[in-house]
Amino acid sequence: MASVNIRDVRKAYGATQVIHGVDIRIEDGEFVILVGPSGCGKSTLLRMIAGLENITGGEILIGDRVVNDVPPKERDIAMVFQNYALYPHMTVADNMAFSMKLRKAPQSEIDERVNKAAGILGLTHLLERYPRQLSGGQRQRVAMGRAIVRDPQVFLFDEPLSNLDAKLRVQMRTEIKELHQRLKTTTVYVTHDQIEAMTMADKIVVMHDGIVEQMGAPLELYDRPANLFVAGFIGSPAMNFVKGRIKAGAVPSFETEEGASLPLASAPQGSDGRPAVYGIRPEHFRLTDDGLPAEVVVVEPTGSETQVVARLGGHEYVCVFRERISAGPGETIRIAPDPGLVHLFDVESGKRLGA
Amino acid sequence: MTDATAARLRPASRPSLWDRIGQGRNALGLIFMLPAAVFLLLFLTYPLGLGVWLGFTDTRIGRAGVFIGLENYEMLLTDHVFLLSVFNTILYTVVASILKFALGLWLALILNEHLPFKAFFRAIVLLPWVVPTVLSAIAFWWIYDAQFSIISWALIKLGWIDAPINFLGDSTNARASVIAANVWRGIPFVAISLLAGLQTIPPSLNEAATLDGATSWQRFRHITLPMLSPIIAVVMTFSVLFTFTDFQLIYVLTRGGPLNATHLMATLSFQRAIPGGQLGEGAAIAVAMIPFLLGAILFSYFGLQRRKWQQGGAD
Ligand SMILES: Nc1ncnc2c1ncn2[C@@H]1O[C@H](COP(=O)(O)OP(=O)(O)OP(=O)(O)O)[C@@H](O)[C@H]1O
Ligand SMILES: [Mg+2]
Repeated sequence: MASVNIRDVRKAYGATQVIHGVDIRIEDGEFVILVGPSGCGKSTLLRMIAGLENITGGEILIGDRVVNDVPPKERDIAMVFQNYALYPHMTVADNMAFSMKLRKAPQSEIDERVNKAAGILGLTHLLERYPRQLSGGQRQRVAMGRAIVRDPQVFLFDEPLSNLDAKLRVQMRTEIKELHQRLKTTTVYVTHDQIEAMTMADKIVVMHDGIVEQMGAPLELYDRPANLFVAGFIGSPAMNFVKGRIKAGAVPSFETEEGASLPLASAPQGSDGRPAVYGIRPEHFRLTDDGLPAEVVVVEPTGSETQVVARLGGHEYVCVFRERISAGPGETIRIAPDPGLVHLFDVESGKRLGA
Repeated sequence: MTDATAARLRPASRPSLWDRIGQGRNALGLIFMLPAAVFLLLFLTYPLGLGVWLGFTDTRIGRAGVFIGLENYEMLLTDHVFLLSVFNTILYTVVASILKFALGLWLALILNEHLPFKAFFRAIVLLPWVVPTVLSAIAFWWIYDAQFSIISWALIKLGWIDAPINFLGDSTNARASVIAANVWRGIPFVAISLLAGLQTIPPSLNEAATLDGATSWQRFRHITLPMLSPIIAVVMTFSVLFTFTDFQLIYVLTRGGPLNATHLMATLSFQRAIPGGQLGEGAAIAVAMIPFLLGAILFSYFGLQRRKWQQGGAD
């Protein structure tokens, strides 16, 4: 096991730069998830750690060793590919044993490790099958088995669950997390699914257009997003944003461009009259009798909660309530944003304002 | 009972012949295959049958023959020229096929790398195949000319040899020369087909193997070659069949000479049948090729059978 240190790493394909100076420190044994929209450079970064892409600028360290010029096979890392990349002409057992056979490990050791990995992943009865004869979830497990058998310094996962159906994805999520708790191998995991990121990671790195927007523990990102991008990306349904001005004073408030007034717990120092973006998560609205009157547009009950799109002062907000709602479209409900859970962002830079 | 109800009832009780044909997939399949079968019968089986029949007669040009049983074949068994041609054909096929495979695979691997001007090189590789065989054979004829050979000329200029090489005049040289010409002509087919096969191998497999610690030779040995084996089987079957039945190159370059050293079964068959006028004997020689070709086809049939790893559900 080892830490991974990414220092000011850049990547350019010809003239187009796709990674613009990324710094990430991954501690020994940590489970780090790179998350971001499609095309932001997650796979590229992962493949640079693996050594499958060369590094245009900056350096990557695995343990204490700069690996920029170390060929992939000497980096001692294992990768699980999105399409699993199982060798179709080898049985499950041979797939898992391939790396050990290459370095001529004794057969007894190979058998022992393969059987152990197969036991962990519940693949024992499938060892003689070929990849074509497996289901998607089983293939995924074989791909992980191939990585486990290696006992590498670092595990890399590139969207390993994106080919699975929703239910299996949830199950494999748990399995991967359990596996990590058991093996404690440093893991870098790429996904574009923020729920996967929230549920599995020790640390999330949010990437966007080749830069790191924010890095931190899942709840830290949820509670204190550093900018508009992270605020909008983390959390589902996404945070509501509305533009307007801060009104400081004895009872601070926020006046939207449409003229509605929204509550604020506190206004940042000297921010009276300052234009800003007001952000409130759907789950941070409450239904109260002294709330603001809002017109119901759509009601979507999911059973455990109810999602409502409501129009307030000319702007539509997505709200999620625990309560069931009897009001239909066109009717009025009274909703109140929790002032303590409001986020303010700068209009120009999108940076978080205040605490 | 009215006609209408009768019509409605009949299929339920006892389907008419027409209904059964319409519903049975097999019967319907047969009907659809009929035109193709007739076509094949007419254009493949008839000449083949005629050839086989001629082989059992002593037909000559201008004289209808009579059935003489296996006499032609008995004669061939003691015919040294025929036996030499069998040997030549096998030598020609084996050596040329091995060379075509090795060089073709090598070319395909190179072309599969990220080369500059990739499309240009791929086009170049196809050239020998695009040129009509007779034309390239004539070019080779010049290249192998006893006096004006460009190869001899170049080697003399380089000071490596003193006298021009007698390419087509000496038995061994002639065999090597026709094999070289055949290889040159056959490489594009092998190279381009294998290149197409290489491109169906997902790059992530090689990346996974790299991470598993495989050297480039081990990747070739354990990933590329096994993944390519089904295509290799098809391509080499065709290549062997083409080479075994080759006629044009030999006919233009050597006409089977010198001393029958380059006579293949195909050229001998033609020579005996048309210029020699012994249609029956020529046909017998041609028919004698069939067991060899059948052998090659059977070999590939078993080679081509889907490997165990290719079976099962698709993705
Ligand atoms: N070989 C290449 N040549 C040029 N540009 C490339 C190449 N490979 C990737 N890119 C560009 O680099 C950027 C990052 O690609 P990358 O594959 O890392 O995205 P990603 O974050 O993994 O996206 P996804 O979630 O869709 O997998 C993209 O804009 C892509 O167009
Ligand atoms: Mg990707």
